[in-house]
Amino acid sequence: MNTLDVLDAQSRRTDLPDFRAGDTLKVHARVIEGNRSRIQVFQGVVIRRQGDGIRETFTVRKISFGVGVERTYPVHSPVIDRLEVVTRGDVRRAKLYYLRELRGKKAKIKELRERLPA
Amino acid sequence: MDRQVKGILGTKLGMTQVWDNNRVVPVTVVQAGPCVVTQVRTPDKDGYQAVQLAYGVTNPRRVNQPEAGHFAKAGVAPRRHLVELRTTDASEYALGQEVSADTFASGQFVDVTGKTKGKGFAGVMKRHGFHGLKASHGVERKHRSPGAIGGCATPGRVFKGTRMAGRMGGVRFTVQNLTIQSVDQENNLLLVRGAIPGPKGGLVLVRTAVKKGAPA
Repeated sequence: MNTLDVLDAQSRRTDLPDFRAGDTLKVHARVIEGNRSRIQVFQGVVIRRQGDGIRETFTVRKISFGVGVERTYPVHSPVIDRLEVVTRGDVRRAKLYYLRELRGKKAKIKELRERLPA
Repeated sequence: MDRQVKGILGTKLGMTQVWDNNRVVPVTVVQAGPCVVTQVRTPDKDGYQAVQLAYGVTNPRRVNQPEAGHFAKAGVAPRRHLVELRTTDASEYALGQEVSADTFASGQFVDVTGKTKGKGFAGVMKRHGFHGLKASHGVERKHRSPGAIGGCATPGRVFKGTRMAGRMGGVRFTVQNLTIQSVDQENNLLLVRGAIPGPKGGLVLVRTAVKKGAPA
């Protein structure tokens, strides 16, 4: 246990679902425009989770009007209103950078088939 | 010297980050105090106003007779570190009084003093931020060297104070005008925005900033 774990626990979020690279995620982020805030949804594939503890981040990639867009959020950011896991992906890597070179059907990630309890 | 200074001794615990207004703030966590007042300097007796603070656990067998007497006078157990703060409100402190993290409030400006990490014998690039010589274009085995250090016949010597390689770090250093992010009174923690000198576990002195007026 590290010295500052107790302090970090105060700013950690526990209300987020488990997710990993390959999952399709809906990120409901609070956006402040002038003096009012609204919720913006960004849906895409998680291509990485990076870092540890309070400074962990994840990157979501989507294709918007034919252009790849990636957004990186801190996992414990108060900007994130809600996280929704749309699908679980079946991938063999922790970092899916190879998706950047792929287009169309090849860039599609297989959905993970949950193993049925015996 | 006629300023009201608040200060506290503490231990640097390390750095982390906190959220402030949806923004990440890098902070250094300082275990501040509790310190005790061991002596109050008065103009009548000492010719100046100051308050002496003590902090840290010490091995009772390592305390010599003069030190033991000094702490006994204040009526406190011996501590490891002593520091004197020159302040105009020294008369408001009482012997044996405890000084804790709530001396400071969030938003205040402070100066933090500590002993920097020793870097050993360091070259000019690391020690003084020189750019070194070129990577190619005929430079041979001199890539991190300082280059010329003075003229040949005029002045015929190297000027005093010319920056060269040598021992780096391990000196007392003060970082000025840092902001207190928050104060945890329960655990006596100060969260200071930004980095402060020294290793984790190092002794630091947090004082009211010299170059900032009273907090608005």
